Amino acid sequence: MALLSSVTRRTLTLGLNSTMLLPLSRSLQTFSLPDLPYDYGALEPAISGEIMQLHHQKHHQTYITNYNKALEQLHEAIQKGDSSTVVKLQSAIKFNGGGHVNHSIFWKNLAPIREGGGEPPKASLGWAIDTHFGSLESLIQKMNAEGAALQGSGWVWLGVNKELKKLVIETTPNQDPLVTKGPHLVPLLGIDVWEHAYYLQYKNVRPDYLKNIWKVINWKYASEVYEKECA
Amino acid sequence: MAATTSMVTSLTFTIPSLGFRLPTRSYPCVKPQRRFVRKAASNVITATYELKAPPYPLNALEPHMSRETLEYHWGKHHRTYVENLNKQVVGTDLEGLSLEDIIIVTYNKGDILPAFNNAAQAWNHDFFWESMKPGGGGKPSGDLLDLIERDFGSFERFIEEFKSAAATQFGSGWAWLAYKANRLDVENAVNPWPSEKDKKLVIVKSPNAMNPLVWDYFPLLTIDVWEHAYYLDFQNQRPDYISVFMQKLVSWETVNTRLEKAKARAAEREMEEERRRKEEEEGKPTNEEDDDDDLEMYVDNDNDDSEAE
Repeated sequence: MALLSSVTRRTLTLGLNSTMLLPLSRSLQTFSLPDLPYDYGALEPAISGEIMQLHHQKHHQTYITNYNKALEQLHEAIQKGDSSTVVKLQSAIKFNGGGHVNHSIFWKNLAPIREGGGEPPKASLGWAIDTHFGSLESLIQKMNAEGAALQGSGWVWLGVNKELKKLVIETTPNQDPLVTKGPHLVPLLGIDVWEHAYYLQYKNVRPDYLKNIWKVINWKYASEVYEKECA
Repeated sequence: MAATTSMVTSLTFTIPSLGFRLPTRSYPCVKPQRRFVRKAASNVITATYELKAPPYPLNALEPHMSRETLEYHWGKHHRTYVENLNKQVVGTDLEGLSLEDIIIVTYNKGDILPAFNNAAQAWNHDFFWESMKPGGGGKPSGDLLDLIERDFGSFERFIEEFKSAAATQFGSGWAWLAYKANRLDVENAVNPWPSEKDKKLVIVKSPNAMNPLVWDYFPLLTIDVWEHAYYLDFQNQRPDYISVFMQKLVSWETVNTRLEKAKARAAEREMEEERRRKEEEEGKPTNEEDDDDDLEMYVDNDNDDSEAE
């Protein structure tokens, strides 16, 4: 105990240097916009460069900005023991944190054609898709039907239940991450069906967007995630 | 017109395919209005909902809301809701009901039925186009302004609150100014009607297709904050769209007219309730069929069987 208190005292006297962390409080991690591994225009004609730029630089960035703000307010409220505020902030964290989580996955779900976008999955994921859905075409048809039928804003997902090792298709409303549909669900690929994801190019014809996006879907990433969960 | 006269417009009737009754206790003034269109060269009467045009040409709201936006928003989105609603309703017991009735019925106290989305969105968009006008914006006057100042403190604070509701409706949805004059409907109590000072203006937001009709509020003004409403003109800048809507598009005349209707409806309901209460006191039979028993007609009385030895 004596040692601990002397260490603490030394920490305090070493001063108010901002890099010195007080033992009981952890610094708050802030999030920043991940870079896209391809140019904005690289997914054309499936998704226009204009949309990619707005989607990444405006929408995703705004989720991150607001997520960081909400986390900071949450941090403060926790330290003060202000439970009302802690509870009040939950929806902002879900919206904006969810937006950040989902879009970070989305950028990895896409790839230019010359980098493998659209190439069908092979190996274990390809086999699991054929087993579970009959064929890749059948999976695509089902996801597109779910995506088109989704009312309002949300996402359509191909996920894997890591406990049961089973593939699932799910939709989530607004920016709810896939895990809100089941604690064992891991997203392999998500398609954003918020209007901002396609409106400038496809207007009200969401089914056309869904038909075309498969040309730039990055199955390599989905396979990697699948193999990690189901190895 | 024999076919139409055989349609009894009563306030309660069962919808067997949906398994429940049109609720009347909460909506005493909702009389199902059937609209019929006799198709040419056909003896079949069908009811269809039509896509009503906005009360101005599609380019009339420029530069604040582009013609292109109206062409897609009204010409595609709104049209699709109406067309899909017609497909969903044809041949069912919903056919012939007014839009507002379909909304209430398919809302089903929160256990939403399939036609709700299309019905509510068809209604919401009609209401939205009528909420705007070329050369709109400015400030309301008269009773409406008085009520706004009473319930929000000032016109400026109302604007702030409305804009905030519209900006913070996450995902798709709507923001509303509505007149709230209903009393709590608790089944084992009779709550008094709100006094004049309890009737008030409220700002509410709703997700996706939801609207305040289902809470028995009287909507006065709405702004569509689905992305399709503003994306072509404003992209992700929803706050700019909302500001332009308030400053340049709102038709305060329309809001005023709606407020007068809302007040009249509230007064009508109160009178209706008074009349019913008086009749009950005096022991007279009421006109309203709010007893479940009345709907079932028994040809044979159970007693007959028990007497047969």
